[in-house]
Amino acid sequence: MSELTVEQISENYYDVLKEIGNIGAGNAMTALSTMIGAKVDMRVPQVQLLEFKDVADSMGGEEQIMVGVFLGVEGDITGSMMFLIERASAKHLINKMMMGMATEGEEFNEMEISAMREVGNIITGAYLNSLSTLTNLKIYPTPPALTVDMCGALLSVPAIEFGVYGDKILLIQSQFFDEVEIDGYFMLIPDLDSYTKILGALGMPV
Amino acid sequence: MSDIIKVGMADLKTCVSPNGITTLGLGSCVGIALRDPNSKIGGLAHIMLPDSTAIKNSSNVAKFADTGIDELVKQVVALGARRSAVVAKIAGGAMMFQFSGQSATMNVGNNNVQAVKKKLGELKIPILAEDTGLNFGRTVIFYPENGDFVIKAVGKPEYKI
Repeated sequence: MSELTVEQISENYYDVLKEIGNIGAGNAMTALSTMIGAKVDMRVPQVQLLEFKDVADSMGGEEQIMVGVFLGVEGDITGSMMFLIERASAKHLINKMMMGMATEGEEFNEMEISAMREVGNIITGAYLNSLSTLTNLKIYPTPPALTVDMCGALLSVPAIEFGVYGDKILLIQSQFFDEVEIDGYFMLIPDLDSYTKILGALGMPV
Repeated sequence: MSDIIKVGMADLKTCVSPNGITTLGLGSCVGIALRDPNSKIGGLAHIMLPDSTAIKNSSNVAKFADTGIDELVKQVVALGARRSAVVAKIAGGAMMFQFSGQSATMNVGNNNVQAVKKKLGELKIPILAEDTGLNFGRTVIFYPENGDFVIKAVGKPEYKI
């Protein structure tokens, strides 16, 4: 089993991983909805196994400016997780959360960064929580770090971590909307051993 | 009319004047631009990891500092660059996320920069300029015509090294 590559795992267990993504993103949206005090609808998440070089393209190009929330995952499984959201969408969410008090324009002030970090904290927490419940594994997120920069630059961090194992990454695109369309992207990047733990805990023959 | 050639992540390509060559959104990865000033033949590599020998799955040579630089040198020389005249400029290797408790993986940017410098040193290729480290992403465009390495970052005016 240890000889399996991430590609093989992702291809053989695509449906299972897709379902994990689905449930995780669903939980995350529920948490988000509670936090901003408004109904948030979501579409069925799209789960894709992509080569690194194509990931940025699926988010609007390497130079698209996005907000990235990155955190470590500890406990029974180890790895990291990233949530990405386009800058204007992030601003929209922050504005909701701050009761319409967010600033105009593209820049984020300190309070807005802090609010966005909290959004990231809550939705990644909800995502991991559902995975933990599903698998009965202990999963603890570390405090998240937040950066606003070019999509390609943000993605280099999970790509490098994942690049140790392979050339493809499982991307979960979750589209949600209240008054506006928002594209959010989740990437769970478990270590190779953790992949097999997750699948094993779900009763998959690994 | 000149073209701008695009290099992706874990990718490398050559470029001859008057064309330029670019890679977008370098984060912790490093962009290595090589050039022979006489023939104006150049190339750009976008590497992700420091060391191919530390990894089992290392089929893509452009992914690593060591094998990527070897391959890029080979390709520019094959195009007609004189090996002993080749010079380099490098950019990237940023730390994109700041954590209170830094782990080793968070410093991959610096590891990449060090690996690139070590490899270029072994090959006796001088580094004419660098713009590495710090905490922001960079888009780079390299022009083998005059050796300009143009750098664009979010919220900063464009500059060249």
